[in-house]
Amino acid sequence: MMHSGGYARGSRIGVLEILPWLVAIAAFFLLPEYLSLGARILIFILFTLSLDLILGYAGIITLGHSVFLGLGAYTAGILSVKAGIHDPFLQLIAGAAIGAGFGAITGAVVLRTKDLTQLMLTLAIAAIMMEVGNKANWLTGGADGLPGVQVNPLFGVFEFDFIGKTGYVYCLVVLFIVWFFVRRMVYSPFGAMLTGIRENTARMHALGAPVYKRLLVVYTISAGIAGIAGVLLTQTTQSVGLNVLSFEIAGDVLVMLILGGVGRIYGAFVGPTVYLIAHDELAKQFPEYWSFGVGFLLLIVVFFARGGILGLIDKISARVRKS
Amino acid sequence: MQKAGLRSAVAAVAVAALTVGASAQTIKIGVVNTFSGPQASFGEMIDRAFRLYIKLHADQLPPGVKIEIINRDDGGANPDKARQLAQELVVRDKVDILSGITFTPNAMAIAPIATQAKIPTVLVNAGTSVVVTRSPYYVRSSFTIYQHCVPLGTWAAKTLKKTFILVSDYAPGHDCQEAYTSSYTKAGGEIVGVIRAPVATADFAPFLQRVKDAKPDAMMVFLPAGRTATAMMKGFVDLGLKSSGIKLIGTGDIVPEEELPNIGDEAIGTITMFHYSAAGDRPANKAFVAAWRKEYGDKATPNFAAAASWDGMAMIFDAIKKQNGKLNPEKTVEIMKNFKTDQSPRGTISIDPETRDIVQNEYLRETRRVGGELVNVEIETASVAVKDPWQIMQKDKK
Amino acid sequence: MQAFLSSLVSVLFHGVAYGMILYVISVGLSVTMGLMGFVNLAHGVFAMAGGLLLSTAMGRYGVPFPLALLLAFVVVAVASVVLERLLYSKLYSAGELPQVLFTMGLIFMSIAVARYLYGTQAAPLFLPDYLKGQIPLFGRDFPTFRVVLIIFSGLIVAALWFGVERTRWGAMVRAAVDNRDMAQSVGINTNRLFMLTFALGSGLAGLGGALGSDILPVQSTYPLENLVYFMIVVAVGGLGSLSGPFIAALLIGIADTATKYWLPELGAFLIYAATIAVLLWRPQGLFGVRS
Repeated sequence: MMHSGGYARGSRIGVLEILPWLVAIAAFFLLPEYLSLGARILIFILFTLSLDLILGYAGIITLGHSVFLGLGAYTAGILSVKAGIHDPFLQLIAGAAIGAGFGAITGAVVLRTKDLTQLMLTLAIAAIMMEVGNKANWLTGGADGLPGVQVNPLFGVFEFDFIGKTGYVYCLVVLFIVWFFVRRMVYSPFGAMLTGIRENTARMHALGAPVYKRLLVVYTISAGIAGIAGVLLTQTTQSVGLNVLSFEIAGDVLVMLILGGVGRIYGAFVGPTVYLIAHDELAKQFPEYWSFGVGFLLLIVVFFARGGILGLIDKISARVRKS
Repeated sequence: MQKAGLRSAVAAVAVAALTVGASAQTIKIGVVNTFSGPQASFGEMIDRAFRLYIKLHADQLPPGVKIEIINRDDGGANPDKARQLAQELVVRDKVDILSGITFTPNAMAIAPIATQAKIPTVLVNAGTSVVVTRSPYYVRSSFTIYQHCVPLGTWAAKTLKKTFILVSDYAPGHDCQEAYTSSYTKAGGEIVGVIRAPVATADFAPFLQRVKDAKPDAMMVFLPAGRTATAMMKGFVDLGLKSSGIKLIGTGDIVPEEELPNIGDEAIGTITMFHYSAAGDRPANKAFVAAWRKEYGDKATPNFAAAASWDGMAMIFDAIKKQNGKLNPEKTVEIMKNFKTDQSPRGTISIDPETRDIVQNEYLRETRRVGGELVNVEIETASVAVKDPWQIMQKDKK
Repeated sequence: MQAFLSSLVSVLFHGVAYGMILYVISVGLSVTMGLMGFVNLAHGVFAMAGGLLLSTAMGRYGVPFPLALLLAFVVVAVASVVLERLLYSKLYSAGELPQVLFTMGLIFMSIAVARYLYGTQAAPLFLPDYLKGQIPLFGRDFPTFRVVLIIFSGLIVAALWFGVERTRWGAMVRAAVDNRDMAQSVGINTNRLFMLTFALGSGLAGLGGALGSDILPVQSTYPLENLVYFMIVVAVGGLGSLSGPFIAALLIGIADTATKYWLPELGAFLIYAATIAVLLWRPQGLFGVRS
C-alpha cells in the first residue's frame, strides 16, 4: 500500500520533480484571477505535506492535525492584533516555534499509544484547543475570530494586495523551502529509519534504534510545518476564525493526503490540488449539494485507485512500460 | 439530483429587460452565502428573497440593464473561505456589488476587500454591531442584536421583576446579554442568573432544569435561529418550565417562521422582540408573504433573513435606478446611505447616513395559533425608528 | 442540601437518558470495529437515516410511534446490509486508510442526499400525546418521554446482552472478536457473521437516532457533527466490548449533564479531558478486548 520510496531511491532531484514548480509558476502568469484559490491550495499542500511526514513516513494516524494549523494561525493573528507585531517573518518563526513546541509536548504523550487510542487522543487534544480558542475571548476573539490582521510588506516592498499576487508568490517560496528541507530529511538516514519504523517497529527496536525519540522528532517537525501553514493562512486572509481548529479541517487534510497518495511527498501536492479545485468548482455549480460530488470522488478513488491518485498513475505507467 | 441540478443551474438568475436597442449592461451581484452546513437554511431564505425581488421588479430597471446573481457557498462561519470567495468574485467575476454574508466573522474578513476594491456591500444578515464600521463600503439592511435586546429589557422590566438569562456562548449571545441587562436593570429589574450555553448545544435539559430551580419570573433567551432554538423551545415545555409559570421571552430567533411548525403548540405564549414578523398586517408585508407563497408554495413562509434580503435588494435596485444603470461605487454607497422606504415588509425603514446601519421599528410579538397556523402576532410597536443602541453607547463613551 | 440532592437526581436522570441514547447508537460501532477492525466513520449516517425515517413515517404517513421506531430499525438494518455487501466488504482487508477515505466519502454523500430530501431544517419529532408531559417523582417532574426512553433503551441493552452472552450467535461473535482466524478455521462463517452483526449494529444506530432525535436533533450534517461523540464512547469503552461502551456512554452522558448544570462555563472541556485521562490510564479503553 504505502510507497516504499525513501533512502533506497537516491536523493537526486528527478526531472518529474520539477514539474509541480513549473505548474505553480505557470499558474501565476496564466491564471492571475485564481491566485486566491491558488494560495489556499499552496497552503494546504504545505499542511498536507506535514501530515505526510507523520502518517506516510512514521505511520501515525491523526484526526487532530488541525490543532497545529490553528496554533500557527492564531499565533500570527494574536501577534498582529494584540501585540502589534506585523513582521511576516517574525510571525512565521513564532508560528513554527509554537506549533513545534505544542507538537513536542503532545507528541510525548500521544506517541506512547497507537491505533485507535492514538487517533482518539489527537482528536481529543484538538477538541480541547478548540474549546480554549472559543473561551479565551480576550485573546482569540472567540467565535467572532480575529479580524484586522496586518502584515507588513515583504522586505518593505511587496504589499499583501487583495488580488493575492504577493501572497501567492510568498506561499510558493515558503512551500519550496519547506519541501526542500523535507525532501532532504526523507532521503537521509533519519528518513530511512522512519520508513523502517513504519514498516516494522519491532525490528527497528531490535536493531537498537531509538524509535520513540525519532518519532517524537518527526512529530515535532511536522507540527512546526503545520504551524507555518497556519501562519500563511492568516497572513493571506488577514483574519483567523475558530474553523482553523475544527475537526472538519483535520478530517479534510487526512482525506486530501490519502486521496493524493500516502508516504511519497508528492501525494501531498496532488491531493489538495484535486480536492480543493473539485470542491471549488462543484460548490460553484451546486452550492447546496457539492458534498455529494466530493464524496463520490473519494469512493471512486477508494475502489479504483487504492494507492491514491499517484498510486493510480504508477499502475498505469507500469502497464504502459510493460506493453 | 436532477431537480437540484436544474434549479442550481438557473441559480444565477439573469433577468433580461425587454427593451432592445439600449446598450445591454449586466450588473453582477456576488453573494457570499451559507448554502451548506448546519446553518444552510439562511442561504435558502436569502437566495429565495433575492430571486423573488428581482423577478417581480425587473421591469423597473433602466432599459437594457440586467442583473446577474453569482452565488458562492461559505459553509458557515469560515472567514478564510469567505474571504477567498469574495476575492474571486471581485477579481475574476468582476462583480459590482457584494451581498449575502450570513456570519459576523465572515463579514469581518471580507471588509478589507470591500474597502480596497471599492465594492459596495449590502449585509443582509450578520448582526454584530461593530461589523458595519469595518468598511466604508458596508451598508446593513438586517438588524443588530442591540436593536432587539435593549427594547426587550425595557419592556420586560414593567411586569417581570426577575429574569434568568440563557444565551449562546458567542459574540451575538454576549451582545444580547449585555444589551438586555443594561436596559432591564436600569428600569428596576433583577437578573437572577446567567447561563452561556455552548453554541453547539443540542440538549438543553440540564440548563433548563437549573433555570427552573432558580424560579425566575422570566427566562430571556438568545440562541441562533434553527434547530438549536427549537430544541430549547421543546425542552422549555417538556421540563415543565412553562407550566410552572416562567415567561419565555427573547428575540425572534427562537420562533422564526419556518421553525414554528416544527416547534408546535409549545411555542404558544412566547413573547419576542423583533423587527419582522410574517404575520405583520402592513399591506406591504401581506403582499410580500402572498408573493412568497405564490412562488414557493403555500407552506413556505419568509422569515427575518428573507425580509432583510428583500429590502437589501430594494436598496440595490434603488441605487441602480438612480444612477441609470451605471454604477459608481461612491455614489452607490451615498444613495444607499440615504435609503428610506415605507414599503418594506417591516414597515418604514431607513439607513442611518452616519453609520450606514439600518433604522427600523421593533415589534413586541406573541406566538399564537391563528386560523390553524402558528404565527407571531405583533401586539404593539414597542419602539419606532430604532437606531443601533450600541453605536449610540459608543458615541456616549467618547 | 435538600436542593442539592434534588438537582443531583435531575442531573442523573438527564445524564442517563443522554448516555442511553449514545450507547444504543454507538454499540454497533464498537462491535463492528472490534469484530471486523473496520474504521467506520460513517456510522452516524445510519443513526441519521433512522431519525429521518421516524420523522417521515410519523409526520407524513401518520404511522404510530412504536411502529415507526420498528420501521427505522428494520429499514436501516436492511439498507446497511446492501451497503455492506456492495461496498464495505470489499475493504475488510484493505487497511485503515482506504476505510477512512471510503467512510468519509459516504458521509459527504449522505449529507447531500439528506439535504436534498429533507431540506435545511432539523427533522421534526411529533410525540404522541401519551408521551408528552411530566411524571412527578420524589417531588420533581420528569419528562414522560425521557422516562420511556430510558426504560426502552434499558430493555434493548438487556436483550443485546442476553443475545451476545447466551446465544450461539453471541458465542460466535465473541469468538470472532477474540481471534478471527481461529474462529474461521473452526468453521464459523465469518462473512455471514459480519453481515448479520453489521446489520444489527446499524439497525440499532437507526433506532438510537430515531429515539434520540429529541436529544440529538436530526439534520443533514448529523453524521459529521456527532461523529466525535460516538468515537469517544467506543474508544473510552473499549473495542469489541458490550459493557465497556455502556459504562462509557453513561459516564459521558452524566458528566456532560453535570457540567452543563453546575459549571456551564466549562463547556465540553471536561469530556475531552476525561477522555484523554482514561486513554492514558487504559489505552485499550475501560473494558477493551484489544487495543
